[in-house]
Amino acid sequence: MVGNCMCNETGVLIFSCSGASDVGELSDKVARKMAKCGQAKMFCLAGIGAHIPGMIESTKAANKLIAIDGCPVSCSKNTLEQAGFKVTAFNLKDMGFEKGKTKVDEASIEKGLSKITGGKVEESNSSISSCCS
Amino acid sequence: MKIEILGVGCPKCKQLTANTEAALKELGICADISKVTDIAKITEYGVMLTPALAVDGTVVSAGKVLSKDEIKRIISK
Repeated sequence: MVGNCMCNETGVLIFSCSGASDVGELSDKVARKMAKCGQAKMFCLAGIGAHIPGMIESTKAANKLIAIDGCPVSCSKNTLEQAGFKVTAFNLKDMGFEKGKTKVDEASIEKGLSKITGGKVEESNSSISSCCS
Repeated sequence: MKIEILGVGCPKCKQLTANTEAALKELGICADISKVTDIAKITEYGVMLTPALAVDGTVVSAGKVLSKDEIKRIISK
């Protein structure tokens, strides 16, 4: 049975910090929305931190890695970089979201998403197409 | 030695299997080669991209068809 073949998915993987704070929650929801829109495949940051071989090897095979962090601690970006990966990183703080003062709702998710798909990235050679609406 | 090919059975998985068999033959190693085609089991290994290769339960490659020589290098380590 090859109908659910996983061999053609070497595209963009997205990792969110998914931290305990409001901005951590928002990073998670923005990442999930991106995945739902087909912009990227969401992957587990914890698996990278835990050095799960299957996750490390799968991540190596991706064409591009995106990290979304809620605050300047940048756990997602740093976890990936410490594992040896080059990432395109986004931080919700840079988009105006303050830890402890952010309402996690549809408007915030859309704002975060539009900032990311609008091309505000740390690496200038990155380009992401617009999300579905 | 236990070798597992993870993938649902597409041509890439079959090519990885063939390359693995050829690598083992050239190295003169007799190993158990099994295919893991169940997606739930594949994801239990943390593999999101196939085909993947596991040696003695550890995933050593995912999302690409390793060549015979690449497999020989990995197995010889």
